[in-house]
Amino acid sequence: MRVAGFGHAVDTAQPVSFTFDGKRFSGGQGDTLASALLANDVRLVGRSFKYHRARGIVTTGSEEPNALVTLTRGAAVTPNTRATMQPIYQDMAANSQNAWPSRAFDLLAANDLLSPFLGAGFYYKTFMWPQSFWEKVYEPLIRRAAGLGALDPTYDGTRFEKAYAHCDVLVIGAGPAGLMAAWTLGQAGLDVILADEHDTLGGRLLLESETINHTPGHIWAAEMAEKLHAMDTVRIMANTTVTGAYDQGDFGALQRNDAHLANPDATLPTETFWRIATRGAVLCAGAGERHIAFPDNDRPGVMLAGAVRGYLNKYGVAAGARVAVFANNDNAHQTALDLAAAGQAVTVLDSRSDAVAQGDYNLLAGAQVVGTSGRQGLRKITFTQNGQTRSMACDCLGISGGWNPMVHLTCHMNGRPTWDENLASFVPTPGSVPGMVVAGSAAGVMATGAVLADAVQVASDLARDLGASVQTPILPSTEDRPTGIKPLWEVRGHGRAWLDFQNDVTTKDVRLAAQENFRSVEHMKRYTTQGMAPDQGKLSNVLALSVLADATGRGIPETGTTTFRPPYAPVSIAALGAGGHGKGFAPERFTTSHAASVAANAPMIEAGFWYRPSYFPQPGERTWRDSCDREVAMVRGAVGVCDVSTLGKIDIQGPDAGAFLDLVYTGRFSTLKVGKVKYGLMLREDGFVLDDGTTARLGPQHFVMTTTTAAAGQVMRHLEFVHQCLRPDLDVSFASVTEHWAQFAVAGPKARNLLHLVVDGSVTDDIFPFMGCGAVSIGGVNARLFRISFSGEHAYELAVPARFGASLFDHLLRAAETLGGGPYGMEALNVLRIEKGFITHAEIDGRVTADDLGLARMVSGAKDCIGKTAAGRPGLVEDGRQQLVGLRPVGTVKKILAGAHLFNPGDDVHRTTDQGHITSACYSPSVGSSLALGFLKNGRARVGETVVMVEHLNGITATLEVCDPVFFDPDGGRMRG
Amino acid sequence: MKIPCPLCGARDSREFSYLGHAGLLDRPAPDAGDAAWDDYLHNRDNPAGVTEDLWSHDYGCAAWVVVTRNTATHGILSSRLAKDGAA
Amino acid sequence: MAFSALRVLKEGLTGNSGWTPHWRDPAPKDEYDVVIIGGGGHGLATAYYLAKDHGITNVAVLEKGWIGGGNVGRNTTIVRANYMMPGNSEFYSHSLKLWEGLEQDLNYNVMHSQRGQITLFNSDGARDAAMRRANAVINQGDDAELLSVGQLKKTLPYLDYDQTRFPIYGGMLYRRAGTARHDAVAWGLARGADRRGVDIIQNCEVTGIDTQGGVVQGVQTSRGPIRAKKVAIVVAGRSAQVAAMAGMRLPIESHVLQAFVTEGLKPCIDHVVSYGMLGHFYISQSDKGGLVFGGNLDGYASYAARGNLPMAEHVCEAAMTLMPMIGRAKMLRSWGGIMDMSSDGSPIIDKTHIDGLYFNGGWCYGGFKAIPASGNCYAHLIAQDRPHPAGAGFRLDRFATGRGLMDEEGTGSQHNLH
Repeated sequence: MRVAGFGHAVDTAQPVSFTFDGKRFSGGQGDTLASALLANDVRLVGRSFKYHRARGIVTTGSEEPNALVTLTRGAAVTPNTRATMQPIYQDMAANSQNAWPSRAFDLLAANDLLSPFLGAGFYYKTFMWPQSFWEKVYEPLIRRAAGLGALDPTYDGTRFEKAYAHCDVLVIGAGPAGLMAAWTLGQAGLDVILADEHDTLGGRLLLESETINHTPGHIWAAEMAEKLHAMDTVRIMANTTVTGAYDQGDFGALQRNDAHLANPDATLPTETFWRIATRGAVLCAGAGERHIAFPDNDRPGVMLAGAVRGYLNKYGVAAGARVAVFANNDNAHQTALDLAAAGQAVTVLDSRSDAVAQGDYNLLAGAQVVGTSGRQGLRKITFTQNGQTRSMACDCLGISGGWNPMVHLTCHMNGRPTWDENLASFVPTPGSVPGMVVAGSAAGVMATGAVLADAVQVASDLARDLGASVQTPILPSTEDRPTGIKPLWEVRGHGRAWLDFQNDVTTKDVRLAAQENFRSVEHMKRYTTQGMAPDQGKLSNVLALSVLADATGRGIPETGTTTFRPPYAPVSIAALGAGGHGKGFAPERFTTSHAASVAANAPMIEAGFWYRPSYFPQPGERTWRDSCDREVAMVRGAVGVCDVSTLGKIDIQGPDAGAFLDLVYTGRFSTLKVGKVKYGLMLREDGFVLDDGTTARLGPQHFVMTTTTAAAGQVMRHLEFVHQCLRPDLDVSFASVTEHWAQFAVAGPKARNLLHLVVDGSVTDDIFPFMGCGAVSIGGVNARLFRISFSGEHAYELAVPARFGASLFDHLLRAAETLGGGPYGMEALNVLRIEKGFITHAEIDGRVTADDLGLARMVSGAKDCIGKTAAGRPGLVEDGRQQLVGLRPVGTVKKILAGAHLFNPGDDVHRTTDQGHITSACYSPSVGSSLALGFLKNGRARVGETVVMVEHLNGITATLEVCDPVFFDPDGGRMRG
Repeated sequence: MKIPCPLCGARDSREFSYLGHAGLLDRPAPDAGDAAWDDYLHNRDNPAGVTEDLWSHDYGCAAWVVVTRNTATHGILSSRLAKDGAA
Repeated sequence: MAFSALRVLKEGLTGNSGWTPHWRDPAPKDEYDVVIIGGGGHGLATAYYLAKDHGITNVAVLEKGWIGGGNVGRNTTIVRANYMMPGNSEFYSHSLKLWEGLEQDLNYNVMHSQRGQITLFNSDGARDAAMRRANAVINQGDDAELLSVGQLKKTLPYLDYDQTRFPIYGGMLYRRAGTARHDAVAWGLARGADRRGVDIIQNCEVTGIDTQGGVVQGVQTSRGPIRAKKVAIVVAGRSAQVAAMAGMRLPIESHVLQAFVTEGLKPCIDHVVSYGMLGHFYISQSDKGGLVFGGNLDGYASYAARGNLPMAEHVCEAAMTLMPMIGRAKMLRSWGGIMDMSSDGSPIIDKTHIDGLYFNGGWCYGGFKAIPASGNCYAHLIAQDRPHPAGAGFRLDRFATGRGLMDEEGTGSQHNLH
């Protein structure tokens, strides 16, 4: 119900209409969904997780355990939205969760009747028979009953964003401490970011009636906010929750940009996840009120005492018509005072027998609430006082068991808070997060005047540590209210007393856990699920600890705490993963021929970050195989052009370049003549093959290395490692030039004819013998020509600066056409290389040695190289290793498939009889048969034998003959000729 | 996490890739024997505390950096260029 | 006390007052036949199988904190047997078979849910590698099925098949793979071992290993010396420190792996789904409704049991490209475990150079699913001084000899790449 004259945050003159569970309500501009529902006397807002108990709003903030709703805005459906944090906007549609058919009549509320059988850990003791029923019967039932909101399986396309921010000091929380700290730091000339999770700065001042400098606290906060806005050293980030503290001063923060808008601008991000890099931070997160465990303390209408007055002061809402307060501390009396000012009579039940009334309200000192009633909302409480049990009608009960400093962020780096006996709370342990200091209530300082002084002190010290000079401000005057407390955790009585509202954990569960020897706080947490719900135990952890301490006969400090982990409040995965949707997950790299390939209808496939053409379809071709076969025949019969720019290219220069290459390659490159190219094999230091490729010597001190597309980055890093870490004495340097050069393979018997149509001057065997290289000119453009072949044909690779790539590709294709040639894609490239037994990373899978590949002769005996020593380990050289072989069908086979395993004919098919596997397979139009490469135990000695290929997944078995891996033109005449 | 690159200053760890313990700087001689090579390739002190490890500033200056770090706290004590050799 | 539905009913009707400790908290004795250092999943399983299979019950499990406080309580709960390297293949197959009867064996519902794992592939090359692996799994006697994109669209309709950066080419379904309630595995094994007479001793940190003439004599602990005929190390995340007490230097580097969970949601992901582009991404939904997911190691050596934002963000980016519906779920909690990364990515279960001292470790981030077989094989080795056939490949000397390396990822001797 709305109370006139209260509620500085809400403008009731601007009504806002919204729906909850389909029913239309009206609130005012500035309301949260929670305050608007309370204003409309809606108390039952959802159902609990396990027992489906009726639940109502408990808090005013992000720690809210009960009021989680599903919000629908346009196409976006957001489950588990905190009603306490969600501003209302016109026509907002919210729905309650975990209730069927409705929140008022929830069939699964029957669970509550079964609660004696559903206590902590009951599921570990049953559902085991019969064995198969777990997946089929029990688990589906449990899964359906559990969970809260539901995900919409369609993607709504809403924009989320990530960003970086940098500052000297991040001030976390803009309550009285945060405002004062930010001001002090900003005045000292430091770059400050002040972040607060609410839309308005002020923190608890917005919820309280107390004054600062004789003006209402919220007005003082607004004035401070204005001053801070005016300071160019301070950046204010409202609606921003600092979610995590990370190493070296990094923080994560989530900013909600448009939660208050009915029709947000779709081009702007709805949420931004910030990575904030800082030199220091001040945690001014304040304190959070905790409740008291007493029987049936979970009914709608039972709220935190601070929330009851908060709804009045900030939103002008009376949370009930007849309000009582149950507390163990002075602070909670303020609820009675504030409500009295609004004309509501409140009874305070204070568990302390020496409690003194602070004003004109009914105080029952030494009283304890022992029970409540009201099925869908509180109607009555039962309490004891002076040994008598009485009851009282009320529809709202504010509880306060004291205040917990919000130590959450101080625990993110494994810090454990310290128990403070006077406060009856955990306080931060100094130094828990390097660079972060804590001020105000978060540090256990509770009275406002002291909070302001503490903030100035802490911020000044930090500013000095950061080398700034500080002006000490004059502290404003405050009206300091009493903060006395005497711990009361639990009122034992008949019925269940809730600790964790959301996960339905009661004191009985904690006691049962202790009884069953889950006495460690971590065991208790895991056994009961205490503190594992969306509020992560912000409300209930300390309370649960006290019950465990009592049950195990230990003190709270000995019992210890569980660890708070990031995030402080839940963060949408869309925000943390912003940019990852669709193509955004990884960079896209395009070759200079990309547009032309797309224009030629070539399907582009991913090759690492690159896109490469799969094949170039011609009219009349029905499948990729038609095109591939044609392209292979074209290369073998005339000439083909293929963009090979994606291969890694590394420019290597320096007097010691040759010596360096001798160390990284198995072969010797220092003796390679200028103008020549050599195939190289590179090992990892553990003796297995890392990569292969060719390296050309362009000058006495100048080489250019090619790597495979897949390993380009890895090889570059490896070269830098070998140089900087192992041989810094060598005078050599490297530059990746992969993107600088567009490079095209020109392959086929008419390759030279094609070059003559493109290149200035003539390309002869004298100047460009097989494995020769040198400079050429193309229409005046300096280019490089390498006579190398990955197809087994007379072939070249022609490289031009990338800006000429597109036009060279076009030029090459037009010239090729006149010779009966054209472009070829990855499919044909793969067939051409399999026909020749050339390896790729299908064969170099990280587990093969040079000898396994039949390339032992490439390992120079006369010099050391990376990997040579480890390659000599007995397990890498002895008999029985799987070696590269060719495989061809015996008789008709349906298909040879890569990934199939090989067996001896007649053997049982089992791991223990496995002889090897197939790595690459294709249909070879040149040979007229299917072909494959694979690894076979002692394979080279078995040429001519037959093996059986077994491929279970497609159900294919085939008999294959072991042969040399070079199927086509074994003597290499075409390549050299 | 920020890694202090001796050439570029403190940079976000996203710019780096990690290799392993700085003992990898001390590559044994080819004839150092099986035990030395086994130790170099595989075995690690693996301390829960201060260690030296190798980071490559891939998305920066390409320097290999030896970082002195505490593996238990993620605190960073110092860094130097790997090419300058052992400490 | 035996657990059953009837017992739950009876206790429910009588105020649940009859439930007794799942395991005792005995004071350590002066001497045991076997002392197991480490009260994690593997240590508890070792004790359980020593008692059950070998009748060795004069056993203590020494845990420096609370049992199950290490990786068994910090993982993403996936249980599978899709390994292909000899040594791993038979071991994980053995483990899965033990899982399948574990609940009845332990009389403890660990909620082992064989809901099936679908491993996606995103290129021809990745498909070939997946086929090789799946065929190896079938050759071992386990199951795998190939799913076309059409089948995937029916089974996992929420994946992005159209816009994603790396299109989905298909998937491999391992029907017997799934999840289990991780903490319950530790507790069930502890209860099972305790019921057979094993002493589980918490808050008992081992500070030294006593040897004489190359023979183990016992251990020094924070609760005094304990003599033992045999001492078994199984302390993931602290392997280096404990092994160093026996003068050992291990082929292990410890790294942080983060894991993440969302708030509870109604059932939406019915399988374990994994994706291998730019690292790993894997996800399943717990019975409570939280989406449990993770990715690769942060990448740097760490004992902090917590990670940093870059990997958390990367994992969420992978989630967004793969299953954009997840964007509206909220990450509730992140945590980290200490992974003892071996230099070929596979574990060690072996004797050591000291008689009577055994070592089990290097589980990288595959230890959870290995728990039953690890305990089973380790118990066999300890009891009989010769390896169990299913764990015989996990030799400590394989790195030096190069024989029987089990490099499933093919990334070589760099610890953090496995």
